[in-house]
Order: sequence, then structure tokens, then C-alpha cells
Amino acid sequence: MTTLLLIEQVLNGLQSGIMLFLMAAGLTLIFGVMGLINLAHGSLYMIGAFAAAAVAGATGSFALALMASLAAAAAAGAIVEVTVIRRLYDRDHLDQVLATFALILIFSEGTRWLFGSFPLYLDVPAAFAGPVTLPGGIQYPAYRLLIIAVGLAVAVGLFLLIARTRIGIQIRAGESDREMIGALGVDISRLYTIVFALGAALAGLAGALVGAIQSVQVGMGEPVLILAFVVIVIGGIGSIKGALIGALLVGLTDTLGGVLLPLAFGLFLDPATATSIGSSLASMAIYILMAVVLIYRPTGLYGVAT
Amino acid sequence: MNREGLINASVYLALPVLALAALALDEPFTITLATRAAILALAAVGLNLALGLGGLVSLGHAVFFGLGGYAMGILASHAQSYAPLYDGWFVVEGTKSMPVIWLVAVLSSALAALIIGLLSLRTSGVYFIMITLAFGQMFYYFSISWPAYGGEDGLSIYVRNSFPGLNTLDPIQFFALVFALLSLVLWGMGRIARAPFGLALSAARQNAARVETVGLEPFRLRLVAFVISGAVTGLAGALFADLNRFVSPTMFSWQMSGEFIVFVVLGGIGRLFGPVAGACLFVLLEHTLSGVSEFWLVYVGAILLLVVLFARGGLIGSLAGREVADD
Repeated sequence: MTTLLLIEQVLNGLQSGIMLFLMAAGLTLIFGVMGLINLAHGSLYMIGAFAAAAVAGATGSFALALMASLAAAAAAGAIVEVTVIRRLYDRDHLDQVLATFALILIFSEGTRWLFGSFPLYLDVPAAFAGPVTLPGGIQYPAYRLLIIAVGLAVAVGLFLLIARTRIGIQIRAGESDREMIGALGVDISRLYTIVFALGAALAGLAGALVGAIQSVQVGMGEPVLILAFVVIVIGGIGSIKGALIGALLVGLTDTLGGVLLPLAFGLFLDPATATSIGSSLASMAIYILMAVVLIYRPTGLYGVAT
Repeated sequence: MNREGLINASVYLALPVLALAALALDEPFTITLATRAAILALAAVGLNLALGLGGLVSLGHAVFFGLGGYAMGILASHAQSYAPLYDGWFVVEGTKSMPVIWLVAVLSSALAALIIGLLSLRTSGVYFIMITLAFGQMFYYFSISWPAYGGEDGLSIYVRNSFPGLNTLDPIQFFALVFALLSLVLWGMGRIARAPFGLALSAARQNAARVETVGLEPFRLRLVAFVISGAVTGLAGALFADLNRFVSPTMFSWQMSGEFIVFVVLGGIGRLFGPVAGACLFVLLEHTLSGVSEFWLVYVGAILLLVVLFARGGLIGSLAGREVADD
């Protein structure tokens, strides 16, 4: 029984970790290439979820909804990059924080204006609605397995894109020396828009995928954004590999902490106190993890000293 | 008196003039609004020491604001229910006395600032921003999941706490108390900015390597600044909770931290009266725009975006010119 529960929770942790990776990968790419801290990344996640919910509501097709989330988030990202973000690359971090904070206000309240304050619901596609039986007799929701699979596929695709393609070479070159690749004739501002739109699309996809298991509502992006920050602080800013490792660590710590800590305290405390102390501590577990990583590696696991 | 001095004086006097006018016209709500602006200004004045003088972009100052708020909430709720706070080898009772609550708020937020500062000042730049943000979230989620003091619902205090010789339930007397504290802190911050410590802190922001070569440690300067800054914001938190007679995890939320930065930058970063101007402007915008539209934050966002992109130096900066007189 306990082993089954544990395996199930590990799968849940994996699933939330993979979704965090989709968010963190975009953030870390944008920071690595353009040196920009983007608080509005959570808004792009929200836009993806709302686009998916709207399209699924109109057409009933989950595949179309996913396409819509990618397209809407990428388009929103490209528009924001061209109109606002582009002016922030030369500014200090404080200006970037403020301007993207302003963007959050605009996006959140704008979405509330368009869609109202009530959450929308995005249904899990019928084919994946039920549970599947895994080897060992574990019943696990098929949709969550689908999320893990899609997330892993995107992660592999992203690694291939960065390692093997021309645009990937430009991105990596942009991370190490922006001025040089400009001098070599690469259209920097086009590259920046592409990177930003790519990051946005990943966030939008994550929003749509998660939107089907949670509700789609204004403000859904910010908690995920902050977790994604924790991920890239742990993994090291600018490192995709660090983002993946960090995301899995955070996802697993968060999920397993919520289950295991109350159980652990239950060994020597009465159940009510154990649950209350355990769940309070579990809510802090990932931040404690972050603090520990920082004490040993102030620039994260795979970060380079700046 | 130079131009910035004139502007500072009018910003400083605007609040008491407004409060007294409201008293004369018998509009207690306006006095409460002025009190709110003064308390938020105090929180932002605290942040300005770290952000403006020290160059530390802390996106987690809500931690101290919330700790101050909960210091008040916890002490007052125990006094309200006559249940001792701690009953072991010795007994700690709750209290309704503002000076005691302030002391606890200042000490606990200073301690939190010391610990958070020790960890997060090891890093700089974007890491520092993200780490302070993450610590803020840690306190936020802890306050939500800790059921003893209301959890997600927060904690209501029925009667405002007392201050010897004053009737704090009278809006104008509470305003006077808050404004006196704000003035005291502003005076202190003015002294700090001119003192060797403030000059060294400012120098560490501009060029840390040079500060190190003359034998000063930027880390220690920043840590001290961060602790003082957190303590002042904590004091503001206790006052804010007393104003609303309510504390909730919202005081720990990262939007709160974001708004403090907005106050500082909207008013004029690094200027003594900048945060005061910014907080007043924000409360004014909040009050007028929320009457215009339910979605008033869209307008705040648009204004903020325009200020950041085009009007650097904030309100006082654009009125008084680019030079920072107090630097």
C-alpha cells in the first residue's frame, strides 16, 4: 500500500516537474540569451490556458486547443517583445522587473475584463479520461501520463533544437557573446523575437496542459512563475540542463514533501499536530531546498559564475 | 531652499494638510485614506534604503510587512482571548499596547532580514531578485498552511490597539501617530544617507570593487542596510494591520512586494521623499481609478509601463531634474 502510494506520488512529482521545466526552460533561455528577467512569463502561461479553454469550448477538440495555446502564447510573446520587451534589454534589472510587473497587471486584469472572474474549465480529452493500470497494479490517470510524455517529448525536441539546428547554434552563440554574433551578420533582433516567442509558446503549452487538471483562471500563472524561478535558481540561470534537473527536484520535493512530511511527523506526534506541522513544513520544503543549494553553490547547480 | 527641497516639503506636508482638511469637513474616510498612504509610504521608505541607496532589488519585502502585521495580530489576538502566548517555565501574555507590538514587529522583522540577508546577499543581480521573491513565497505559503492564526482566512482584531495618552480609534489621532512615526523614520533615513555608513553603502552600489579596496566590506554594509530596511517595513506592517484591524497572508504576497518597489520607483528612487510621493500617488490612483473602472489595475499597469519606459527618475525626478540631491 505504502509503496503504491509512493510510486503514485513520484509520478505526480514527475508530472509537475516536467510542467515546471516547460516554464523554466523559456525563462532561462530568455535570461541566458537576452539577459532579461521576465516576470510576465506567468501571464503567457495563463494566455495559453485561456486560449486552449476558449478553443476547446468552441470546437470540442483538445488537439486544436493545444495548437491554439501554442499559437496564442507565441503570438502574445512576439507582440510584447516587439512593443515593450525590446526596450528593456539595455536597462537594469530593476526596470525589467517593474515593466514586466506592469505587464502582469495589464494581462491579468485584461483577461479578467475579457473572460470574467469565474474560472473556465478545460476537459481532459475523452481518450485519456480514465485511469490506466501500470505494471504492479497501480491505477494512474492516463492524462497525467500523457502530460509526462508530451513534456518529455518537448524537452527532447528542445535539446535537439538547441544542439543540432542552425537557430540553436545562434541561440547558444547569443548566450556566450551577443555582440559577436551581431557582427557576424545574424539578425539579432529577429533572433531575440524568436527566442522570446519560443519561450512563450512553451509556457502557453504548459498552461494548457495543466489547465485541464486544474481550473483556468486569472492569476494561475504567478505561483507557477515563482516555482519556475526557484527551479532556475537551483539549476543555474541560463542552463537548460540545470532547468530540467531543477524542475524535477522541485516537482518531486514539493509533491513528496506534502505526503511524506506529515507521515514522518506522525511517527512521534499525534495525527492532527503531525498533519499541521508536516503540511506547513512541506509548503516551505522547496525554498529550504533552494537555500541549501545556494549555500553550497551560489550560482546554482549548473550555473557559471558571473 | 532648492527646487527639490520645495517639492519635498510639499510632498511631506500634503498628507497632514489633507488629513486636517478632512477633519474640518468631517470626512473620516479621507483621513483613513491619508493614514493608509502614510503607512505604505513608511514601508516604501524602509525599502528605499535597500533599493535606492544599497541598489538591492528586493522583491521580498512583503516578508517584513507581513511579519510586522502578524506580530500585531498574534499579540493582540492573545490579549483579546486572554490566552497566554506561551505558558511553560514562564508566561508570555498577549498585549494591546502599540509600543510593545512595534518593538516585537521591528525585532522579528530585523531578525528575518538578518537571516534572509545572510543567505541572499551571497548572490547578486537576478539571483538576488528571485531569491528574495522565493523567500517571500515561503512565508506566504507558511502563513496559509499554518492553521493556528487563521490560516488562509486571516485574523481579525476587534479593537484597535492602544497608545498611552491617545485615543487610537479616533482617525485623526491615529493618523497623527502614524505621521509622527513616518517623520521620525524619514529624519533617521536622512541622517543615514549623509552618515559615513550611508555614503559607504551608496559607494558600494556604484562600485563595489573600489569600496573593497579602501577596506570596507560591501557584504556587511548591505546586510546592515537590509536589516534596517526590513525592520522599518516591519513597523509599517504592524501599523497597517492596526489600521485595518485585520491581518491575512495577503500581506506576505509577492504583489505587495512588487507594489513597494512601484512606490519607490514611481516617486523617485534613492530620493528621501520619493517613496512618500510614490505611495501617495498610488493611493490617489487606486482611489480615483477604482471609481472609474472595475479593472483599474490595467490603467495602473499602463501608467507604470510608461513611467518605466519614458519617465525615468519618477515623480520627484521629473519635477526636480535628474540630479539626486541627497546622494
